[in-house]
Amino acid sequence: MGGRGEPPPVSQLYTGRDRIVILSAEEKKEEKEIIEKSREIMAGYGTGRSSLIPALQKIQGALGYVPAGAMEEAARHFGVPPVDVYGIVTFYNQFRLTPPGRHRVKVCMGTACHIKGGNIIMESWERVLNIRSGETTQDREFSLERVACVGCCAMAPVALVGEAVHGGMTPTKVDGLFFSHRLTSQQMKEGAAR
Amino acid sequence: MNDGYSNALAVLEKMKPKALEGWKALRQKTLIMVGTATCGRAAGALEVLESFRREIERLRIDAAVIEAGCMGHCYAEPMAFIFRPGFPGICYGYLDGGVTARLARDFLVDGDPCVEFALAAGEVNDFIPTFQDFPRGAVERKIVMEHCGLIDPENIEHYLAVGGYGGMAAALAMGPAAVIGQIKASGLRGRGGAGFPTGGKWELCGGAREKTRYVICNADEGDPGAFMDRTILESNPHLAVEGLAIAAHAVGARKGYFYIRAEYPLALERVKKALDQAYKCGILGESVLGTEFSLEVEVFQGSGAFVCGEETALIASMEGKPGLPRHRPPFPAESGLYGKPTVINNVKTLSYVPLIIKKGPQWFRDTGTGHSPGTAIFALAGKLVNTGLTEVPMGTSLREIIFDVGSGVAGGGKFKAVQIGGPSGGCLPGEVLDIPVDFDSLARAGAMMGSGGIVVLDDSDCMVEMARFFLDFTQKESCGKCTFCRLGTKHMLTILERITRGEGRPEDMDLLLELAEDIQAGSLCNLGKTAPNPVLSTIKYFGSEYQAHIREKRCPALVCKDLIAFYILPHKCERSCDACVGSCPVEAIYSNEDRIKVIDQEKCVKCDSCLAACPPQYGAIVKVSPPDIPAGNEKENKRKDEPKSQNNH
Repeated sequence: MGGRGEPPPVSQLYTGRDRIVILSAEEKKEEKEIIEKSREIMAGYGTGRSSLIPALQKIQGALGYVPAGAMEEAARHFGVPPVDVYGIVTFYNQFRLTPPGRHRVKVCMGTACHIKGGNIIMESWERVLNIRSGETTQDREFSLERVACVGCCAMAPVALVGEAVHGGMTPTKVDGLFFSHRLTSQQMKEGAAR
Repeated sequence: MNDGYSNALAVLEKMKPKALEGWKALRQKTLIMVGTATCGRAAGALEVLESFRREIERLRIDAAVIEAGCMGHCYAEPMAFIFRPGFPGICYGYLDGGVTARLARDFLVDGDPCVEFALAAGEVNDFIPTFQDFPRGAVERKIVMEHCGLIDPENIEHYLAVGGYGGMAAALAMGPAAVIGQIKASGLRGRGGAGFPTGGKWELCGGAREKTRYVICNADEGDPGAFMDRTILESNPHLAVEGLAIAAHAVGARKGYFYIRAEYPLALERVKKALDQAYKCGILGESVLGTEFSLEVEVFQGSGAFVCGEETALIASMEGKPGLPRHRPPFPAESGLYGKPTVINNVKTLSYVPLIIKKGPQWFRDTGTGHSPGTAIFALAGKLVNTGLTEVPMGTSLREIIFDVGSGVAGGGKFKAVQIGGPSGGCLPGEVLDIPVDFDSLARAGAMMGSGGIVVLDDSDCMVEMARFFLDFTQKESCGKCTFCRLGTKHMLTILERITRGEGRPEDMDLLLELAEDIQAGSLCNLGKTAPNPVLSTIKYFGSEYQAHIREKRCPALVCKDLIAFYILPHKCERSCDACVGSCPVEAIYSNEDRIKVIDQEKCVKCDSCLAACPPQYGAIVKVSPPDIPAGNEKENKRKDEPKSQNNH
């Protein structure tokens, strides 16, 4: 979350059941929504521990990540210590602790992409977005992540922006994609203003 | 045999006529099958599908357009098979909207099959070669992949029409003991990598005292560069469902699971649809095919942990815990999911099962070698002409797979090594390409079958960097339970990183070998035990590259960033051309007073863009290693002596 080197915002700090956090009115609203949504999702599952991972997957599907509040709710629902839920969330690569950007950039780091310069593509994204792999830009517009093979090795190196797969990536193409996305969002903003 | 079961075949026979009728009706008019597995979708298959539908609507052609899976020719995606009455089935590759529109107009309306776009024909004819006429046709033998890409994976009737669920009906009629007997006689070995005899596993589970049992289909295919399981599940999911059901019947399980990797959303969706259809047809659920056997099958979605491909870790993750492997024995076949006997088989393993039951163990043994019968399915990737999937008999040589099936190295490069078996396997050089591919020969050569990924490397790939890449992967994926795996891989990675930075020490190679030995001895599961393989095999076969990095601070393949520099040859630079200047993402290239382009080495991020941008007739940009730029020659423009080590692309 945030640009490089910035501390996470207070709402992300996890301090156990009695969280001592100061939330703004907006953050309070978000937190409330998170808890309500998590409760609603978990109501569809039994309390057996084998449902814990599927429930967390569903929460992430709905919210885009697994916030601290949702983890606490899950712990309560399944009757396990919150640290166990945190353990699950951090053990498996699929779960995110921070909200994703509106455009999720995923760079394939499979073997085929690696030998065709996947790391160069990753560096290019890091450069244009000014964030590192695993982070989200401050305006939550873009997030960057590395993914294991997406299965189109014939088109390596590959990057995904949202759901769109872009094959044969080059640093110039990264610049182009970034600028075209920025242009579109700018036009949309202008359109909305009008 | 036993009365509650003998009617399974009859029940299945009753379902068949409707399926066959539908299948025949489909072929009576024009049929277009577009390959929409993940590989096809990435190449634009959905647009092709849409384009076909639009054109057919527009031109009012009486034709059906359906989605199929992948035939393994991923290099030619997007692909479509067109069956028009009066013509052989013709497969077209490299499609896009334009070609699609032309095919619709010229072929479907005017009857000109557009041979120039055809890849191959489905059956022997006078004007288009078939896939069997390709060099790979002589090597390949498709058993599991026979129907992949040729049926609609989301339609159970297609599977029934090609004889699907026949193995299951036969298995129900012959009884569990006989099924295990058949599988044991066939000599089927687990295709997940370890090669454990499947029949033995089933027998162990079937003989357990505990009566609640489970079967799990392992589709947690995490190896980078392997995509066989995904393709099977996306192209013919019912085959794996049938295999799982037979396994359940054989070991006496009433509950089965598909454990599918989170990164495979399409496979997940198609398996779920396949299960729904099977329930509706009475092939799953209460009273399977009218017998006393009942079976529930569920899908469990993995959450992205490589270690969960290991069976005990997979079980832990299904129980809602972090995926940590545990000591074996007891094997899962004795004490697995929730402590009950559990059979876990790979997708490919289960896909052979229905065919063995239908055609008999001897039929299976006719292919392959004595100790490794049957076929092997490989995913070909890397610097190959024909990337994709292939199924060859066990015992085929790596040379045949790479040069006949894969058509050799792409882009004019020179073959250097083949990486087989993913992060657990090794890199083998050209000298050992003639070894037959089976479980035992590969292990002797220092690699392993793994799940079956083959990545071909050419002379522009650095073997030290390759070893670093795989160690980086296993180190990140180590679950952290065993100290040697957790810290040993980290330590090996640190050493490899410093070698690729040119900071290697003379004793580093010995240290790597020593650490490798300790990690192999001190790790519980195969992730740790095999983690050092990429390093060991590269040291064994490509030791000189390590020496070049350590002693000469030089990367012979010109890959390791800290050991190379980009350089513009002044005498080759065409002054009026600005191609490289525009391509540079960091504005590191400028013109000097003679209008010759010069790279500012401080700014250069070594991204290869200028190398690609420089027109081939000039070829002025080279990579040099070690990164010593000849001093002061920015101003020279008639320099004849080029830097020693270079690579002119």
